Amino acid sequence: MAKLVRLDSTGHTTLAEWAADDLEAHQAAVEAFRSELDRGMTGSMTMPDGTAQVIRELPPEADLVVMRRQIAGG
Amino acid sequence: MVGSPVEMTTAINAGTVGGRLAEAAALHWREGTTERTLRRDGRRWSAWTAWVLIVFITPGVVLLAIELLTFPAALLCFAHAYAVPRIQAGRGARSPVAIGSERSAGKLAEADGQAERVALGLLGDLVGHDQRELLARTGLALERGRLGVWLLGEQGAILLRPGGRRAFCWCVRIARPDELPAGDRVAHLLLALREDEEGFATVANLQFSGARWRVRRRIEARSRPALEAARALARERD
Repeated sequence: MAKLVRLDSTGHTTLAEWAADDLEAHQAAVEAFRSELDRGMTGSMTMPDGTAQVIRELPPEADLVVMRRQIAGG
Repeated sequence: MVGSPVEMTTAINAGTVGGRLAEAAALHWREGTTERTLRRDGRRWSAWTAWVLIVFITPGVVLLAIELLTFPAALLCFAHAYAVPRIQAGRGARSPVAIGSERSAGKLAEADGQAERVALGLLGDLVGHDQRELLARTGLALERGRLGVWLLGEQGAILLRPGGRRAFCWCVRIARPDELPAGDRVAHLLLALREDEEGFATVANLQFSGARWRVRRRIEARSRPALEAARALARERD
């Protein structure tokens, strides 16, 4: 089951969960994902090799996508 | 429909920000951090430290050579030669802010214990089984990169270069941390680092570069095992 989560003041909030073959659940996740992008969040997808990638679209095959805020120099 | 990881990566790339951290792309006036700039900056920091030592030790020696009774003034010179590099290394060592340390967001009066636990749980999942125990023990997240081995805290990072002899200390944080728990702050930096390592180092502000032992002396005792673990991994890449 793939998961879309947002890092927030509660620790994190699960925004959506979907299976790769469940188009309806994925569509709901896409809408939640776009809503977060509109709020200025960045979508970060964990890749199979352990790296992460900034995404602008939510692929159905994703395993974990984390919505994070921007970083800045301290 | 995409299937293999390679196909999936290609498909996702169509929607990325040019494969580069958006925060780094926004800093178009700032020189990007690369292997070359790290080597150059390391040499500059070494030269600067050597210059500080020369500037303060030379007059002290000259004073003593002229008149031994000037030793209080010479001592002042030597104290400066000792203190300035020490202060610089201390500033670098304080950059990361380990989870659970005195400056941690989790120690604030308004910190939410439940949120802190939830955030730590997700961060533990992100770092993986191998590094979870080290994170719990030291408050720093260890991550291997192409530039070296990283230690991430809530407000900064330490990079040990291959060989483990030189450390770079950076200040980098979430642009709007608001009420985010400590674990989430580290998770933000970890994800950004994994997305674009060089971009991450470009966004961060360099606080210090120098010998690892100089950082080790000034870092919180609880976090020293993380520095040693990073050193061991960095030495493997020498």
